Amino acid sequence: MPDSISFNLNGRSVSIEVDGERPLLWVLRSDLGLTGTKSGCGEGHCGACTVLVDGEPVRSCQTPVREAAGKQVMTIEGLSSNGKLHPLQEAFIKHYALQCGFCTPGMLMSAYSLLLSNPNPSREQIVEAMEDNFCRCGTYSRIIEAVRDTAQQLRGEA
Amino acid sequence: MKDDNSKDLRPVDAHDGASMSNSFSRRGFLQMVGGGIIVFYSTSPVALAQERGSRESRYPTDFNAYVRIGEDGRVTCFVGKIEMGQGIITGLAQMCADELDVSLDSVDMVMGDTDLCPFDFMTVGSRTTRDTGPRLRRAVAEARSVLLLLAAEKLELPEDRLDTNDGFVFDKNNPANKVSYASLTEGKQIERRLEGEPEVEPLAEHTVCGVEYDRTDGRVKVTGEAKFSGDIRVDGMLCARILRPPAHGATLLSADTSAAQKIPGVQVVREGELVAVLHEHFDIADRALSTVKAEFREPEATLDNDNIHAHLIGIAPEGEVVEEKGNLAAGEKLATSVFERVYCNGYVAHAPMEPHTAVADVKGNKATVWASTQGPFSLKDQVAASLGFPAENVRVITPFVGGGYGGKSRGQQALEAATLSKLAGKPVQVAWTREEEFMYDTFMPAAAVRIRSGLNDANQIVFWDYVAYFCGSRSSEPFYAIPHYRVVSRGNWGGRGPAGPAHPFGVGAWRGPGSNSNNFARESHIDLMATAAGMDPVEFRLLNLTDKRMIRVLKAAAEKFSWTSAPTPSGRGHGVICENYVDTRVSTIAEVAVDRQTGGVKVKRIVCAQDMGECVNPAGAHAQISGGITMGLGFALSEEIDFKGGKVLTRNYDTYNITRFSWTPEFETIVIDNKVDPPSGGGEPAITTTGAVIANAVHDALGVELLRLPLTPARLKAALNAGK
Repeated sequence: MPDSISFNLNGRSVSIEVDGERPLLWVLRSDLGLTGTKSGCGEGHCGACTVLVDGEPVRSCQTPVREAAGKQVMTIEGLSSNGKLHPLQEAFIKHYALQCGFCTPGMLMSAYSLLLSNPNPSREQIVEAMEDNFCRCGTYSRIIEAVRDTAQQLRGEA
Repeated sequence: MKDDNSKDLRPVDAHDGASMSNSFSRRGFLQMVGGGIIVFYSTSPVALAQERGSRESRYPTDFNAYVRIGEDGRVTCFVGKIEMGQGIITGLAQMCADELDVSLDSVDMVMGDTDLCPFDFMTVGSRTTRDTGPRLRRAVAEARSVLLLLAAEKLELPEDRLDTNDGFVFDKNNPANKVSYASLTEGKQIERRLEGEPEVEPLAEHTVCGVEYDRTDGRVKVTGEAKFSGDIRVDGMLCARILRPPAHGATLLSADTSAAQKIPGVQVVREGELVAVLHEHFDIADRALSTVKAEFREPEATLDNDNIHAHLIGIAPEGEVVEEKGNLAAGEKLATSVFERVYCNGYVAHAPMEPHTAVADVKGNKATVWASTQGPFSLKDQVAASLGFPAENVRVITPFVGGGYGGKSRGQQALEAATLSKLAGKPVQVAWTREEEFMYDTFMPAAAVRIRSGLNDANQIVFWDYVAYFCGSRSSEPFYAIPHYRVVSRGNWGGRGPAGPAHPFGVGAWRGPGSNSNNFARESHIDLMATAAGMDPVEFRLLNLTDKRMIRVLKAAAEKFSWTSAPTPSGRGHGVICENYVDTRVSTIAEVAVDRQTGGVKVKRIVCAQDMGECVNPAGAHAQISGGITMGLGFALSEEIDFKGGKVLTRNYDTYNITRFSWTPEFETIVIDNKVDPPSGGGEPAITTTGAVIANAVHDALGVELLRLPLTPARLKAALNAGK
């Protein structure tokens, strides 16, 4: 029996009829057509599927869509507004903090969430917050720089 | 692969009966791309063979590069290579911008589409910049000459009075008298085919190459707009999950799909041993597969990580001499001390973040396939053969590839999608799970290298007897000044399929194929001799090197590191290595801290100096160096496939530890300013130094011999206990 589930997705309300046990990841990618969120390991290890639910990073491959009901869901598609990139996105480009780009949406969501809760993270705090996001191309050192640079900018110090 | 590559991913029916890999359909191509100036360029196979050795002699006598200057003045380069993170989407565009005197942002790249792009070999071996780059430059140079010709007519001036700048042809005597490329191409479709060798801009005059540019694919990759194969949606598409055996070599005895069939929307496809469940949504197909009850017969398993190297050495073919000089026996007579060791490396997965994925749409006798692949043209032929279609009826389109590292050369997932699409009568997506990715990956092969060598009283290496087992020949040639040496390669790094009786599963190219094992062996052995000589490892290398470019990178790295002389093992945890990767010279220095209780290694600092000839995009080159070494820390310290015969026990990232944020060392990377040598490529050289440099640094810290990668805590503790 499908459930009727409503939540706010990137600032717009959506209502869908789906089995509430289905993973949020696949409802986003398949039913709602938002393919920016990626599937990397299917078991919640790698962080490619990271989205924010009420500002908190979750592994959407391990999150039943019913858990999003009534909440604010933010995906990579919601990070820029009206074609204007978020400073974090600009910093990722500037610091070469991406290569193949497959982990990038998850990285950006984790980093964005970190900056929401901690506008001035140390290197260690960035590493701790991002530790479960994997990048096979090896851009970690550049992501750390991009996050620090963005934090500085958002605090008006740049 | 333009920024808006999602726009034009529908099949375009432009075939006129000729296979492009044999004779490209120029008419179809011209219809598809519209007006403007189009230059086709082909390099003769003879010229190519001279250019880069015998391998290129297989290159077809077809067009190797095209460029189009559109009526809007935009320039489009069509290349058969693919973008998987290495950054050629930017580097090749820079080359084009340089040659044509236009800004980088007016260049669009169309890559890896077999209907739109000229044939090219797989995107492997750091070859794009050094091999495809020059061909593209020549096509673009010809396009520029056409523009000069058109401008000469329009401005009524002789061609030698004209020059180009920023998208305009102008009169050298009166720069205000100029005409834009856009206006020159307006209303025309000019097609040029070029056979000769047009003059390209001399290296010293490059103004776009050598300058740091942001990745041109950066914006679509930070917004989630970038399309990977799994993001392709075709009307009516179903997602497939395929029943897999528990081990390579297992045979299916029975499969009961009745429960899956009852799930609404599920389509079951069976043909022979192929059993698949299909559904509109991946996760429901996945759930349906879990209801399938199957029985398999597994073959007896004997090989594992404990006996694999003895097995490989025992089964190795006779092999071939890669290179030799002097006479080993004569060399040994000069030696006052002799060293012999065997160095081993395990199976290592590519583990790209994007698992193998493909969408196939088979309609009638035509197929369109979107695939995460490093080889769109070889895949096109494979798909055609598999479906029994003529090659010209198959189009392969390569969206962005989410990491390849050599692992996306084989195309199994695309063949599965094509077969299932044909059987199901619908477009089908096959996206491997992480478990399937570990099962069907073509691993870096387990390998062994036996080295026997000798030093004279002056600490010069006088002979070097080198036998590589299953790691091919790349990086096996010693670049040290050794009077008597022989290098024998017994068994390659695999080819693209299961490697017969040698390995229990598929092995193949892994970022710097063979070199990771060969470098570990060679440079560990160099440090073994430096240790015996009581010498500093930098000084020992300098004493035995005559290659000027190698000496330059070694000195550059040592200076940046502030290396101070001390015999190894010094207890400091400092390691150094040198590498010549197909003409790119690299020297890497590492500083590590080792916990003697746990055997854990923390890599604190990496300095890497690289001479890659001309560097097209320094920002990209530095990113490839630090990225490659970061990735390489995994195979140096932890990555090793666990297996029992054909059963791959490693299933996911919880038991396969790739490099993570907390491992990240401080990086200082140097790209030598070289305006003399042509570009020799930079995607692979740095990573191949990682295992060796970490091993030498750990040896310097602990003073124990390390003969096997990865340097897991368990192995280090065992080595420490053995040394007590």
